[in-house]
Amino acid sequence: MPVSHATASPVLDYSSTGQPSARVAIWWFIASEIAIFGGAVACYLLYRFEHPEWSEAASHTVQWAGATNTVVLLTSSLLAVLADKAAGAGDGKGAARYLWLAVLGGLVFLGIKTFEYSHEIHAGFTPLSEPHGLFWAFYFLMTGLHAAHVVGGMTAMAIIARGAAKGKHLGRVEVAAIYWHFVDVIWIFLFPLLYLAS
Amino acid sequence: MTSHSQPQSVWSRYIFSVDHKVIAIQYIALGLIMSVIGSYMSYVIRMKLAWPADPVVGFGDLAASQYNMLVTMHGTIMVFWVAMPILVAGFGNYLIPLMVGTDDMAFPTLNMLSVWTFILSTVVLLISLFVPGGAAAAGWTSYPPLAADPRFSGVDLGITLWILAVALEFVAFLMGGVNFITTSINRRAPGMSMWDLPLFVWEEIMASIIFMLSVGPLVAGAVMLLLDHNFGTGFYDTAQGGDPLLFQHLFWFFGHPEVYVLLLPALGILAEVITSCSRKALFGYKMVVWSTIIAGLLSFIVWAHHQFISGIDPRLAFPFSLTTILISVPFAVTIFAFIATLWGGSIRMTPAMAAAVLMLATFLLGGCTGIILGSAAADIYMHDTMFVVAHFHYTMVPIVIFAPMAGFYHYFPKMFGKPLDGPLAWLHLVGTGIFFNLCFLAIFPLGFMGHQRRISDPTQFGYIDGGESLQILATIGAIGALVSQIPLAINIVKSLLSDRKADSNPWKSTTLDWQTPSPPPHGNFATTPTVYRGPYFYSPPGIEADYLPQNLPQVDAPSDQVQASVSEPKTIPA
Repeated sequence: MPVSHATASPVLDYSSTGQPSARVAIWWFIASEIAIFGGAVACYLLYRFEHPEWSEAASHTVQWAGATNTVVLLTSSLLAVLADKAAGAGDGKGAARYLWLAVLGGLVFLGIKTFEYSHEIHAGFTPLSEPHGLFWAFYFLMTGLHAAHVVGGMTAMAIIARGAAKGKHLGRVEVAAIYWHFVDVIWIFLFPLLYLAS
Repeated sequence: MTSHSQPQSVWSRYIFSVDHKVIAIQYIALGLIMSVIGSYMSYVIRMKLAWPADPVVGFGDLAASQYNMLVTMHGTIMVFWVAMPILVAGFGNYLIPLMVGTDDMAFPTLNMLSVWTFILSTVVLLISLFVPGGAAAAGWTSYPPLAADPRFSGVDLGITLWILAVALEFVAFLMGGVNFITTSINRRAPGMSMWDLPLFVWEEIMASIIFMLSVGPLVAGAVMLLLDHNFGTGFYDTAQGGDPLLFQHLFWFFGHPEVYVLLLPALGILAEVITSCSRKALFGYKMVVWSTIIAGLLSFIVWAHHQFISGIDPRLAFPFSLTTILISVPFAVTIFAFIATLWGGSIRMTPAMAAAVLMLATFLLGGCTGIILGSAAADIYMHDTMFVVAHFHYTMVPIVIFAPMAGFYHYFPKMFGKPLDGPLAWLHLVGTGIFFNLCFLAIFPLGFMGHQRRISDPTQFGYIDGGESLQILATIGAIGALVSQIPLAINIVKSLLSDRKADSNPWKSTTLDWQTPSPPPHGNFATTPTVYRGPYFYSPPGIEADYLPQNLPQVDAPSDQVQASVSEPKTIPA
């Protein structure tokens, strides 16, 4: 078995469970991420029950933008699935193409999000505004945290797409796809909690 | 087969190494350096409490605000920059791949990223000591509103850097945790089932899981605190509709499980030392593993016992008292299993074993005083007194200092291939044990007298006037315990400079980590070991050799084959 220590790949390339290590690891990683978002969502829910008047603030979110972004992310997730399918069939070029399209979906999502942020800030809805600054603080915190994960997922997919195009590390495509689904699912929670509960 | 070529340049070999053993030693070394800083702070704190009117020798005049800073940074450094890197990351990194019989962690590059993130967090924390306004002074728990508004604690940039440093540290250990769990689950040697794992590996798995699932809400909470502190948002500000109690919940939802994140690896080290030095199988191995898993689950529902007097709903106090006392059951099972392992064993009183017994004895007292604090009714009286400080140190010092000492004396010959000096080790352990007890036994009664913690000058309250002699006794204990570490330092330096060679398996242990040369080469094992049995086959009946390594072929194999695998050949009866 050829081994290159430059890439620090483990020499004993086996798995006790039969599952690839990266697959085991990504689920544990997602579990820890769920704790982060779960904590933030739990805090928001506790406060939301204390502050029924926040529904007025929530009505100022741009719901069509949020709905569009939901569709964009779901479509992007589908593309990640297609990338995984292509990788499973050994088609590295196809996997890379789908991954780049999924990255494009992330870019569209961030573009719409930027439009929303600027719209809200110009309308005076900021964490320091009266009377519902705390709602907007939660809104910017949770969507901001999510956007950071979108950027992280896009970066991971871009790196893996470059490898996949050369037919390398096709097993990693699945890991990126799982993570991209997770980022999508978080948004599925945030969208109704922040936009629709008004 | 592949050959493991070690990287040749000093940089890739010792600094930016992906080898789990080098990373482990980096973690332990950094933890030891930070422990010197944290210990120096505890010295200044104790001197101030014993002689509040005098300047502290080796520090000078100490203002009340500086005292708050020292208490905060002592706690932060000792928990997050000493206990975590040494116990969890250091020993975990060193032992997990060796014990499961693999060449390295599942993700070596991630491992290196973890240690360098930790180093970055250390740098940020150390910088915070020297910024204008000083380091964080809002307690190691950093409760708002004290920590949320610079006007309250008098510290601005220090608290921002504190939050950043702690957050970076969490990221480092999240990366480490993913690696630990994946390696233990997925890179076990052929033949090694989960029930063949040495207890230490189980404890590290559970510690990593508890850490990963409990720290998330505090990560979110820390971001909120950062925003409140720097940008005036109102997450914890009642005037803006927020609630400072929220942070306490988020902190302790992590903070209490964190105690078990530290305790579990400590118990794991003890299990390895006690079985090897009693020449007995671990009593009730599966029961201990299940106890650990149950304790891990329970650890998520005990946190509010830190908040009995914070203004939480009184109806919450009873269920949290109940779970708090319930969680002592699985740990009692574990401790009793260790004592039952010692019972009737062929005890080898090595320095490691002495440290392990010291840990058990002192931790028992720490655990028992915890029952007093876990009961809401008693806690309302004892809360925030020096009794809590003494209880905390009676749990944490055995976990964070004595257990790693046991591990250190046990594994030093493995890590460096050189033996440590016995008499110096005994001097170190006896001194540490006596002076530690002197220090904190004196602090319990101070708490009963009503001495509040985080007060730099106890004489300003008339009702604790009788406590001066106890304060001085505690300070003598603290200084004695610190001085007792000198033999350890001499021992390490002496051993590393010497030419003596340690046996590859000096304690005649069964687990795979001892079936390699000392120190293990890059790649650990010449060939992948095959595992034939559980971890603790000591003094098995019908065999003259008093232990059977996990990778030794079946006992009924031809005797010459058996002999070849045991480092000291013994005749096997037919």
